[in-house]
Amino acid sequence: MSKLTVVEGSYAVAHAAKVCRPDVIPAYPITPQTHIVEELSQFAANGEIGACEYITVESEFSAISALIGASAAGARTYSATTSQGLALMHEVLFNASGMRLPLVMTVANRAMSAPLSIWNDHQDSIAQRDTGWIQLYAEDPQEAADMTPQVYKICEDSKIMLPAMACFDGFILTHVYEPVVLLEQDLTDEFLPPFAPEHILDPSNPKTFGAFADPSIYSEFRYMQELGMSAALKKIETVADEFNEIYGRYYGGLIDGYYLDDAEIVLVAMGSVIGTIKDVLDELRAEGKKVGLLKIRSFRPFPTDAIRNAVKNAAIIVPLDKSISIGKYEGALCTEIKASLYNTKIDIPVLGYMFGHGGRDIPPERIKKIVSEAEKAIVNGITIESSYADLREELL
Amino acid sequence: MSSKLCIGGIVEPGSTVINKTGSWRTFKPIYHHEKCIKCGICELSCPESCIIKTEDGYYEIDYDYCKGCGICSNECPRETIEMVLEEK
Repeated sequence: MSKLTVVEGSYAVAHAAKVCRPDVIPAYPITPQTHIVEELSQFAANGEIGACEYITVESEFSAISALIGASAAGARTYSATTSQGLALMHEVLFNASGMRLPLVMTVANRAMSAPLSIWNDHQDSIAQRDTGWIQLYAEDPQEAADMTPQVYKICEDSKIMLPAMACFDGFILTHVYEPVVLLEQDLTDEFLPPFAPEHILDPSNPKTFGAFADPSIYSEFRYMQELGMSAALKKIETVADEFNEIYGRYYGGLIDGYYLDDAEIVLVAMGSVIGTIKDVLDELRAEGKKVGLLKIRSFRPFPTDAIRNAVKNAAIIVPLDKSISIGKYEGALCTEIKASLYNTKIDIPVLGYMFGHGGRDIPPERIKKIVSEAEKAIVNGITIESSYADLREELL
Repeated sequence: MSSKLCIGGIVEPGSTVINKTGSWRTFKPIYHHEKCIKCGICELSCPESCIIKTEDGYYEIDYDYCKGCGICSNECPRETIEMVLEEK
């Protein structure tokens, strides 16, 4: 049996990255991701990651640029970042996906400045939604660790070849100590084949990556990226199953459900709040309330069909967002869930809530209050489509 | 470009042989042979080497790559090269 060890979430993820045998790690520290690259720096200095080259770059912009160069040269790469660091990478994120380089990056989700906040929400990665990166969200340190070899296997598939962010909540998961199974090297070698890209940068066989495209051919490259994302929809599911076969752990593929089958109220969420919601649902189910949870594991590609199928019998759908599109007063899940249901025969009210921004705690009572609001909305209809569930009116 | 596209915009060397960048052009240079004094200023001033000397000492324009910048027309002392709006 696998051995449980009490470690910090960041250690579990750094260890998972190590056993994936990366060749190059360009890293720049930023709270709350720093512990991941610190641990990897230690592993590299100890010679525990083989011939891995650990590059201490001078910014996140350099980190992502080095990732691109290394990946194009055929290296398996790893890095981690968050918030302002991810934002600094923004323009290069498009280059990575456009050049079809399967970079893997852990994002320790953190709020965006200003006002300055180092605490958790999902604004940083959600703001990078359209950069062409796969985005998976983990609910606990074990899933975040297990997600690491999974995303390598997904994004290095020759039909996909897209970069991926493995997202997990800053501080809440990066800094928590809890028992995890550290990924075994032998199982990981069995699960994850070596990176063998079809095209690499090689002076003896020169090629240009991301060459100039005039208007007559540009859209076709974007379309090919979309085809890669479509292929990832299936691959994310099969890789989750393959992982389960080898390691014996499963978290859902594109989505996962908790009391979902007969749920009248379906809460929809991503990340660490899933754990809180599951505890609350255990209580509410004991009281006979038909409440269920739809966990979104893959935000990009967005699992439209899986979501339609999962919610089609609900009385109300309640997306819970740790992000906001200012000017729409909605989080990303709310907007995308609604968009997924339009032009279908599914006509179910969607009641969106935003909470936990800038690291504000989400206690079980808040989830219960949201459920009771949803119960009222089933009877009375929706008056406000989307709002903050934890706004402190007394400060305004 | 008529061949199939490779993902990631990955191309082998020599791709400009098939990628005819003359499609950028808005104004097309028209060379009036009868006015030309064969001074060669147009050939020297073309940034894209698209003005090519022929066997009789006159010039022709490589429209596959000429981007219509008009430098040749501007520099020609005899107004030999006329820039004409190109309808596509």
